[in-house]
Amino acid sequence: MTTATTLDKTPIGGRTERARGRGGGGPAPKRIVVAYGFWIFILSDMVMFSALFAAYAVLSGNTAGGPTADRLFNLRNVFIETMCLLLSSYTCGIGVLAAERRQPARSLIFAALTFVLGAAFLFIEATEFARMVEIGAGPSRSGFLSAFFTLVGMHGIHVASGLLALVYLVAQVIAKGLGAAVLRRLLCWSLFWHALDIVWVGVFTLVYLMGDYH
Amino acid sequence: MLGRLSWAAIPFNEPLPLLSGAVVGIVILAVLVAVTVKGWWPYLWREWLTSVDHKRIGVMYVTLGLVMLLRGFSDAIMMRTQQAIAIGSAQGYLPPEHYNQVFSAHGTIMIFFVAMPLVIGLMNFVVPLQLGVRDVAFPVLNSVSLWLTATGALLINLSLVIGNFARTGWMGYPPLSELAFSPDVGVDYYLWSLQISGIGTLLTGINFVTTILKLRAPGMTYFRMPVFCWTALAANLLIIAAFPILTATFVMLLLDRHLGMHFFTNDAGGNQMMYVNLFWAWGHPEVYILILPAFGIFSEVVATFSGKALFSYRSMVWATLAICILSFMVWLHHFFTMGAGANVNAFFGIMSAIIAVPTGVKVFNWLFTMFRGRIVFRTPMLFAVGFIVTFVIGGLTGVLLAVPPVDFVVHNSAFLVAHFHNVIIGGVIFGVLAGINYWFPKAFGFTLDERFGHASFWCWLIGFYLAFMPLYALGLMGMTRRLQHIPEPSWRPLLLVAEAGAIVIFCGILCQVAQLYVSIRTREQRRDRTGDPWNGRTLEWSTSSPPPAYNFAILPTIETIDAFWHMKRAGLPPTAPAYEAIEMPRNSPAGFITAFFATVMGFSLIWQIWWLAILGFLAAAIVVLIAGWGIEREHEISAAEIAQRERAQ
Repeated sequence: MTTATTLDKTPIGGRTERARGRGGGGPAPKRIVVAYGFWIFILSDMVMFSALFAAYAVLSGNTAGGPTADRLFNLRNVFIETMCLLLSSYTCGIGVLAAERRQPARSLIFAALTFVLGAAFLFIEATEFARMVEIGAGPSRSGFLSAFFTLVGMHGIHVASGLLALVYLVAQVIAKGLGAAVLRRLLCWSLFWHALDIVWVGVFTLVYLMGDYH
Repeated sequence: MLGRLSWAAIPFNEPLPLLSGAVVGIVILAVLVAVTVKGWWPYLWREWLTSVDHKRIGVMYVTLGLVMLLRGFSDAIMMRTQQAIAIGSAQGYLPPEHYNQVFSAHGTIMIFFVAMPLVIGLMNFVVPLQLGVRDVAFPVLNSVSLWLTATGALLINLSLVIGNFARTGWMGYPPLSELAFSPDVGVDYYLWSLQISGIGTLLTGINFVTTILKLRAPGMTYFRMPVFCWTALAANLLIIAAFPILTATFVMLLLDRHLGMHFFTNDAGGNQMMYVNLFWAWGHPEVYILILPAFGIFSEVVATFSGKALFSYRSMVWATLAICILSFMVWLHHFFTMGAGANVNAFFGIMSAIIAVPTGVKVFNWLFTMFRGRIVFRTPMLFAVGFIVTFVIGGLTGVLLAVPPVDFVVHNSAFLVAHFHNVIIGGVIFGVLAGINYWFPKAFGFTLDERFGHASFWCWLIGFYLAFMPLYALGLMGMTRRLQHIPEPSWRPLLLVAEAGAIVIFCGILCQVAQLYVSIRTREQRRDRTGDPWNGRTLEWSTSSPPPAYNFAILPTIETIDAFWHMKRAGLPPTAPAYEAIEMPRNSPAGFITAFFATVMGFSLIWQIWWLAILGFLAAAIVVLIAGWGIEREHEISAAEIAQRERAQ
């Protein structure tokens, strides 16, 4: 606990807390360095998704005589799915605020809510995938479906690994309390979770809405 | 149980790969035995394999790159020899099946496991020193990057003796790389080794952008950073923006191959040209990921050995950033022949020509830096001058290729091969060799031998011109690339000249081995006791050679560009400074162990040993989770200890 707090105040390789990385103030403190690095990681993840979006845009018409988007998607389910994910972002935000105020119990409750909502999202997505595979609209049916399953599935894999990471972080909160290092990780995790929301907004619009009203 | 792996995977009927594999195996075994007999394992483990020191990691990256250079070069000389003898009725000694693997492996290894590790290694070693700080932003992550790159290199070399490598060329274009046409493990070796090392490269990009933007010595504003740091920043921004595209593209190709999807297949709505577009949306920025740091090295070298500040520092920085952005707008010039239409081709042709403008700015800056300078022709400076001449020729043929009608004529010909070797050897390799000669004394505390350095330069320069100028001519005469057999006997003289050039380059490599050997033998005479053997201008020369683990006992305060030059002018600080305790990151085995399991996973994925792949993945994930739990990762060096070490210098 104590080491984590003192470490956090020590800039990497530097001396002073006043230091800021922007201009000439010397090395930035660890809190800023870690968050900055994580932002850049998210940026790179967005670039990867953009390549998958591009692939979907290119292949979305290549149905090879198979089912088309408007015949496959159930907007009611997707809407519920979307609400689960957006709400989970909301609970994630409240949980992080509680953690910042050093209220472990409250933050854990909201972490649990976030987990449940995220898991519900995944469950709906998985059942939808299973239904599609069942009616012969699996990923190997056409270029369109390959791109669909890969784009949406990649987002799903991100959500799933986000949930696993959440469990791991909750274990850290329980074991070590809300020290500076754990808090830093929680904040990074929440960045990741919100970023997945943004990707989903793109998926919802580009894949489901535009697919349904093509 | 073992997936596709069986004894049939070992090519017992092909003596050539088996023999070279055996030689490599014996060398590795001999090294391992020697290390064990001498009892060096604890030292190696403690000081190198688990090190998170950016200087050590840099040295290991460069070592990896140089070793792989030998592998890539032996592929090159095999191809040159085949083309020099397999003319007319002669068939040469490499069957097509083997020849195709050789040129694919040559390209893949030279780009991903030679040029990349060399460039990233030099950035690792130099950037924190030039910024005046003690380490990169994420030291443990840095070690993970290194070892994942080593994993990729290991996997690609395993393909020499276990199974085979891709026969698709280094770009792996579908549909040839699809399961229908490449059913064996070759393409899987290609894909998985690049996926795993690609993760390492991406982490490097994140690490260095954060380091350069957030960790600089007090007073070092953006426009006081050395040019090499600017070019490193640009290259790492490109890594972040480009490598995820490659990852996604390879994911799609892997899904096509493993799960029968249809991204790039001929049937069921696949689109091969999408692969080509995505590949080059990564591939063209990749060219600049390699060349920009080389430009940075030349900027440092030219300024130092001309005894002058770099001419027009600001235009150099803006030219770097302009190239950084333009590099994303030219990718289609790699396939004008796709048939995208005249307007699209015209746009990309014009953009490709425009990118020559900032590069031209740089060339003039180097020339004006040398103008009226007191030029000292040490080995790095020779490479810099050789680069300026050679690179201008390569750039001009590049502008020629950027004209779509011309490109239609010479597309995929030996002319193209000559062009990109002209810029990669004349630019990246010369840059890296200049950088190694330049920073070697900083890393090891003694200078490299100049006589062998000069000899190696002349061999590389002359060898390059002999090897590749004939290819320009051959390309214009109609010779396409990747020919296993030459049907036209009149090409023989030029091919023989090219072969001679490859041999001269080989002499250059031998000179470098000799240079290293002689320098180590005579290291006591060539010790660099000042830490500043070249009368340098930037902060890395202000510490001892080699620098202590913490780089700077007290972080320097920067007031100008060329900070160290001005410190020397102003005189060094008179009184003994008050040292404070320094916290440094502890060694971590996380990178090495993660990469070990990543190797297991990669190998099992290639051979479809699914249970072992899952085990390898889980083990690697557990290592990451343990490392992320946050055990205390730093240790303190006391003020007294620092004072003692500094006095001893």
